[in-house]
Amino acid sequence: METRMSEFKEDVVKALKEIAYPLIAIIISFVVGGILVASFGKDPLVAYKALIKGSMGDFNKFGETLVTVTPLILTGLSIAFGFRCGLFNIGAEGQFIIGSITAVWAGWALAGLPAILHVTLALLIGAFAGGLWGGFVGWLKAKVGSHEVINGIMMNYVAMYLSNYIVMNMMNEPEKAYSVGIADTAKLWRFAEAFSQFKHSRLSVGIIIALAVAIAAYYLLNKTVQGYEIRAVGFNPHAAEYGGINVKKNVVLAMIYSGLFAGLAGSIMALGIQYRVNNLFGFTGYGLDGIAVSLVGGNHPLGVILSALLFGILQKGGPLMQIQGIPKEVVGIIQGIIILFVAANFVKVTFESFKVKRDLRRSAVKGGVE
Amino acid sequence: MENVGIMTIITIVFTATIRSATPLIFASLGGNFSEKSGVVNIGLEGIMTVGAFSAVFFSYKTGSPWAGLLGAIVVGALFGLLLAFLSINFKANQVVVGVAINILAASLTTFLLVEIWGRPGQTDNVNYFQAWGPFNLFTYLAFVMVAVSYYIIYKTPFGLRIRAVGEHPRAADTLGVNVYWIRYVCVTISGILAGIGGASLSIGSLSLFKEGMVAGKGFIALAALIFGKWNPVGAALACLFFGFADALQTVAADLPVPKEFLFALPYILTMLAVSGFIGKSVGPSASGIPYEKGER
Repeated sequence: METRMSEFKEDVVKALKEIAYPLIAIIISFVVGGILVASFGKDPLVAYKALIKGSMGDFNKFGETLVTVTPLILTGLSIAFGFRCGLFNIGAEGQFIIGSITAVWAGWALAGLPAILHVTLALLIGAFAGGLWGGFVGWLKAKVGSHEVINGIMMNYVAMYLSNYIVMNMMNEPEKAYSVGIADTAKLWRFAEAFSQFKHSRLSVGIIIALAVAIAAYYLLNKTVQGYEIRAVGFNPHAAEYGGINVKKNVVLAMIYSGLFAGLAGSIMALGIQYRVNNLFGFTGYGLDGIAVSLVGGNHPLGVILSALLFGILQKGGPLMQIQGIPKEVVGIIQGIIILFVAANFVKVTFESFKVKRDLRRSAVKGGVE
Repeated sequence: MENVGIMTIITIVFTATIRSATPLIFASLGGNFSEKSGVVNIGLEGIMTVGAFSAVFFSYKTGSPWAGLLGAIVVGALFGLLLAFLSINFKANQVVVGVAINILAASLTTFLLVEIWGRPGQTDNVNYFQAWGPFNLFTYLAFVMVAVSYYIIYKTPFGLRIRAVGEHPRAADTLGVNVYWIRYVCVTISGILAGIGGASLSIGSLSLFKEGMVAGKGFIALAALIFGKWNPVGAALACLFFGFADALQTVAADLPVPKEFLFALPYILTMLAVSGFIGKSVGPSASGIPYEKGER
């Protein structure tokens, strides 16, 4: 009984520590961002107030923030899932693009199906296409050992040009730089249809899907044999192999899951918000932002939800800051600093080296007395 | 008459190839130094961006493109040092730090652009390096740097140390090579070269800084490095090839293949190269792994 209590206490302390380090890193990043704003003669408090007001000032603003949070949760999960298997899925961006274009294809080509069936099918097609796109990178890694980061970056460009080719040549809205629109039966249900508070927001049922998928990913990763194998490979592939786990199979599977999440993010954006695909001149950024989301969320599915919310607030609060005369790029700078601090484990390393020095000093003092 | 037309097209494509390859060569040589010493530099893209911006800023402030070049070198070196500091001292995930540098560089330059020139989009025109003959200073310098890099990495004791540190840091350490110092120097050189690559875009090809002007060239340089099998000469040839693919876009309308296929071709070929279908491309074996002194 006694030991179980202390074990529980240890767990709580551990969890608090896990949250504490990124939290301190985030606070430091905001302070650094504030100093930057002040150095240009602007008031950081005004900036941060605008950030909060612009992203959460009323239901519509909060709804729009959640519109951004939705794909961030899913691309964040995509990156987190990869990291837990020791893979860096920088290809989430391409999987997102493929998810969008295939979902729009399904939303356009399969018109005539009943609404529920059509929208579900279109969502799934987008997700699975993303899964295949990611799985291919995993397969290359397992088969010939080529690095998933290089292949991921390359596949991002291939996805962008493939999508552009389809948009401009196969599904083109005549005379426009975007694709044909999807049928009404393929559109995701919007909150505005039932709640007048969200009248001016594009918030769709996608946010609920994203949250459900995050919880499912948590369950898959932490409570199933499959998840255990994926984490074992990420923790130490040699030990996993020795323990009888098929490393190559798990690498491919983890990349398929990663691709599924990113592809789903793309199809939710297409079916819930944009209803079409644009001819892209550059990346959408959702896949790349997912890296930051995952890192700050400690590569944990539930942490990802919180950090996606943080990044959503940062991005949606920017424009109001702009109106107050503070360039919205400050937000990007803060994001970059957060990632640097969290990536470098800055707080933890500094804290621990401080502790080591203190202990050394103490033992030295003690030694002196004795 | 037909022949004259073809000759003109060949000349256009040839000069465009070399012009497009110039910034890529600098950046991939930078990537080469960094990776040879065991540090992956995904941040090339971001360092090119800050290099391009600083070049314009210092040329704007002083009126001299030479000051611009110097500014790009100093700022590139500083960003290289940031990557070195975090990945060597803090043993951070090098790829993640690179990604952070890319995000930071894009936001920082856009922020400063608005603060200094009072509008988004692009800066004013500044003094730049005008062409000497068919090319500007940067192009000639790029080819000189290929030879210099090759000489340093393969023909000097310092180069031998770099390669040892990238292949087997423990063995190098045992023989008295300072692993951290070599990596610091190489990553800083990497930042300097990527910075010059950025400057070649802003005060070489153009005379201003535009948002998003680097447009993935840092990643292509990284691809060229792998395509060229982590060798300065190979990387430069790969850059010329990517430059050629880029140059073809200028005449893409006249070609019988979809332009999107042409745009995607370099990336597809890179994947084939790293996957061993066009000769196996194997990087320095310790690349990407933080070195822990005294760890077994």
